[in-house]
Amino acid sequence: MGQNGAGKTSLIKHFNGLLKPSSGIVRVDDIETTKTSVATLAKKVGFVFQNPDNQLFSETVEDEIAFALKNFGFDKETIDKRVTWALEFLSLSQYRKTSPFLLSGGERKRVALASVLAWNPETLVLDEPTIGQDHEQKEKLRQFIIQLQNEKKTVVMVTHDVEFVAECNPRVILMREGKIIADGPSKSILTSPKLLEECSIVLPQITQVFTKLAPIGLPDNIIDVDEAETALIAKAKENRYY
Amino acid sequence: MSVFDGLKFRKISSPIHNLDPRIKFIYVIAIFICAILFPQMLPLIILFIIQLPFVFIAKVQKQWIRSLRGAAFLAAFIFIINVLTTFFYNNYTLTFTNVESALAMTTRFIVLVESFSLFFLTTSPDHLGLAFEQSHMPYEFAFAFTTAVRFVPVMAEEAQTIMDAQKARGLELEKGNILKRIRNYIPILIPLIVSAIRRSMELAEAMESRAWGATKKRTNLYLLKLHKADYILISLTILLLIITIYTKLYVQIPQISELLTSLTLFAT
Repeated sequence: MGQNGAGKTSLIKHFNGLLKPSSGIVRVDDIETTKTSVATLAKKVGFVFQNPDNQLFSETVEDEIAFALKNFGFDKETIDKRVTWALEFLSLSQYRKTSPFLLSGGERKRVALASVLAWNPETLVLDEPTIGQDHEQKEKLRQFIIQLQNEKKTVVMVTHDVEFVAECNPRVILMREGKIIADGPSKSILTSPKLLEECSIVLPQITQVFTKLAPIGLPDNIIDVDEAETALIAKAKENRYY
Repeated sequence: MSVFDGLKFRKISSPIHNLDPRIKFIYVIAIFICAILFPQMLPLIILFIIQLPFVFIAKVQKQWIRSLRGAAFLAAFIFIINVLTTFFYNNYTLTFTNVESALAMTTRFIVLVESFSLFFLTTSPDHLGLAFEQSHMPYEFAFAFTTAVRFVPVMAEEAQTIMDAQKARGLELEKGNILKRIRNYIPILIPLIVSAIRRSMELAEAMESRAWGATKKRTNLYLLKLHKADYILISLTILLLIITIYTKLYVQIPQISELLTSLTLFAT
């Protein structure tokens, strides 16, 4: 996370070799990015761009998802299987034969995501995945990230959506002016008003409430609604209101 | 992208930037005519050199050099084609004169790029539009032109993003034979065109919601007026044209290779 121009996108573009380091070395699975092509790295590191319109070009959603698979040289049967899987996974099956240009913004975004997921990369990089998504879609995205984590995959996400991060509860890295200024679990980073202010991010709303309630003896490092509930009930019981 | 960079206007103030765009345009056309008139190396080199002071006065050397570098590939192409055709045309012999005329063609191209780059680097799209309007061009055309110019860098940036996005999906642009390579660009061109169309529609809506074209007769806040510097440039341009025509008609221009041979003869 970090403010506009902090260098988040530049950083993640190094992960699949779209940008090469001007000094130092970037290694992906012990392979130096300067010594291999983007296409080779892309197979390991799936990169979903912020704006789906930057990549959609096929006549049907199906072709769109199959594009990358064809580039990586999968056989026809596998392609068909993976496409069907990706469509179902992101609930796009009914649009299989539709032109991606006729879909809504959120749906196009999901097609872009599906087209990367299809080849099942070990690492997934998402640039601003929550922009223009309604609550239901965000919740699906969250479930999906958790699922990937359970499969021992790495998900790197760039976002301004502090509430979404709080719900996912990942490791958070803050950036400012091209440098990493903080790195730690979201529980410690998202509850530090000073750090967040430096990056022009506001605290999650629930944390704001609890920071203000800290004087009455409530914990000030709450980022999650469920956690908040437990803390409040505990406090109420302590004072015999409950 | 580097070619576009060399044409991108950056707002700084210099005597060249403040010149009237109409006069500058006449100057570019004059250089164009002169470059076309001479097939010899010597005058073309002179044409190249006399423009250098303008570049330095305008303080745009860096971008200007970038645009020349962008044109280097085409220049090399022109040179090679010229040498090869003369080579085959003259029964597989190559003389100094042939190489020199090929070099002259290349220099001519560079002179053209030089002057156009100088023009676009020092003329803001707004001024250009203003110049069109004051030359009694319909406002719709002038507006369309300035908008087109203004969106070139935006489109270039977008093309870069699209290329990145498709590369991230395993597209390899440099792979395969010529036909395959051209086909490789389809995934880049389609999103680019779609977004350009989408953007133009958005732009049209935004313009209409701000009452574009509500008044039939527009007035401008700024008016272009000729200043002293403009008169100096136009006189220099006319002088250049006169000298060019005179030289073309009455002066025998030597080849550089001839000059060199006579020089060595003279030395021995």
